[in-house]
Amino acid sequence: MTADVPTHLDGNAAAGKLREIFAVDLTAAIARCAGCGQTGVFAETRLYVDAPGMVARCASCDQVLLRVVTTPDDTYLDLRGLTYLKVPNA
Amino acid sequence: MGIVSPGFTGRRRGGSDLPPGQYLTRDFPVLSAGPTPHILTEHWEFSIASETGEVYRWDWQALQALPAEDITTDLHCVTRWSKLGTDWKGVSLDTLFEDVETGADFVMAHSYGGYTTNLPLEDLLDGQAWIAYEYDGDPLAAEHGGPARLLVPHLYLWKSAKWVRGLVLSDTNDLGFWETAGYHEYGDPWKEQRYAGD
Amino acid sequence: MERTALRRRLTWQVGTVTEIRQETATARTIVVDLPDWPGHLAGQHLDVRLTAPDGYRASRSYSIASAWSGQGIELTVEQVPDGEVSPYLVEVLKAGDPLEVRGPVGGWFVWKPEQPGPVQLIGGGSGIVPLMAMLRAHAAEGSTTPVRLLYSVRRPASVIYVDGLKELAASDDVDLTFVYTREAPPGEPRVGRIDADLLQEKAFAPDDELTTYVCGPTPFVEAVADLLVAGGHDPSRIRTERFGPTGGPR
Repeated sequence: MTADVPTHLDGNAAAGKLREIFAVDLTAAIARCAGCGQTGVFAETRLYVDAPGMVARCASCDQVLLRVVTTPDDTYLDLRGLTYLKVPNA
Repeated sequence: MGIVSPGFTGRRRGGSDLPPGQYLTRDFPVLSAGPTPHILTEHWEFSIASETGEVYRWDWQALQALPAEDITTDLHCVTRWSKLGTDWKGVSLDTLFEDVETGADFVMAHSYGGYTTNLPLEDLLDGQAWIAYEYDGDPLAAEHGGPARLLVPHLYLWKSAKWVRGLVLSDTNDLGFWETAGYHEYGDPWKEQRYAGD
Repeated sequence: MERTALRRRLTWQVGTVTEIRQETATARTIVVDLPDWPGHLAGQHLDVRLTAPDGYRASRSYSIASAWSGQGIELTVEQVPDGEVSPYLVEVLKAGDPLEVRGPVGGWFVWKPEQPGPVQLIGGGSGIVPLMAMLRAHAAEGSTTPVRLLYSVRRPASVIYVDGLKELAASDDVDLTFVYTREAPPGEPRVGRIDADLLQEKAFAPDDELTTYVCGPTPFVEAVADLLVAGGHDPSRIRTERFGPTGGPR
């Protein structure tokens, strides 16, 4: 058993990809994990980018919060793992 | 908007023995969509569940006791790298399916860590797929899917589920982790079936 | 300057490279003139997109190294072995070339001059880049907020922004510590990674007002964040930016 070299980035790194879709920065939004109920800034989620798509996981329970896959014609966005994203009205 | 970046070619793509859109790599890139599970072989278990609910199980010792094959094959990842002539050792799924009674056409592979991918059953039989536990003469490293992974090299590599723990047979072609997020339900690299609709 | 209030989806724009500066053997700074840049906060990044003649595209995200001054932005790119985008940016791109970018992005790993409380910056390798933007913004604003930087590098020759950092260190409000992990310059006895003792001695003590920014390769950030939390820092006061093996947030 060797120690894992962690491969994830911070949720920060999703900023560009999410701004392709959303008009506001979601990395500073508060996210609630639908699995364990943990809430926190989206920037503090664990982001996996060395994969066929981008996967954000809960830093507390590892459940998938968000997936984004960009194909030549469309972007697929799966937000099932999030109960909510709280964005300030400003 | 679009420009051409002066002097940019990207990784060299193409080559007579590569599927379309692929480039050749000599290292073995590690893709991960989550933390790497570490499963001790004494806790490892693999199962095949039929569409009627019958479950067939193997522990590590039982897997090791089955006849193993040496496999040399090319790998094609949908993220566009291909690696040629890789050496594996594992148990053919023909062997594992020998006593399984099924009339189902489809399989969902499940992994430790929660990953899933769907395949037609016929793509797992007739010497096309293995449960592989050695790579290049060594026990398969956790980062590459060890202790054991599915190996279905004629399809894009996301179908070769790392850390595989079971196959569930079904009459319906349900979609797995990447297939529900825009990737092709079958994934033939030679037909460049990367995304849904390709 | 808080242009994140400008609500629109992000689109690509073409800038022009006006200057290139070699920082180390493997890193260089690219100055880009962007006619349609809305300004940015220190710590934000942008995406760079490259297009080959056959239409093949690759994009990566890079931290912005400069504070916004009203014109042009600077990127510092470290070449990643076997990389695809960074070798182009470090070896092929030249002044006068067009460069397609979009940004700025990211609203969390940022320092705003009006933000209360002292600032602890901890960078590993090219993780210095967004922290340098914060130091530059601090200087440009004439901020008197106390700032400390711990900069972990392999050896003296790996230091990015040698001159700029020396200049910034002349300020009473900025305190700089280099940490050499492989080879130290003459007169500097310590060689080794950042550890609890070093944090105790050189970094700000835990404080409710303190904000700590940690940036570098994932294992570096992981190790430093663990040390900080073990040392009594409130995890909610620590902001992290991990760089992947492929050289940056993507």
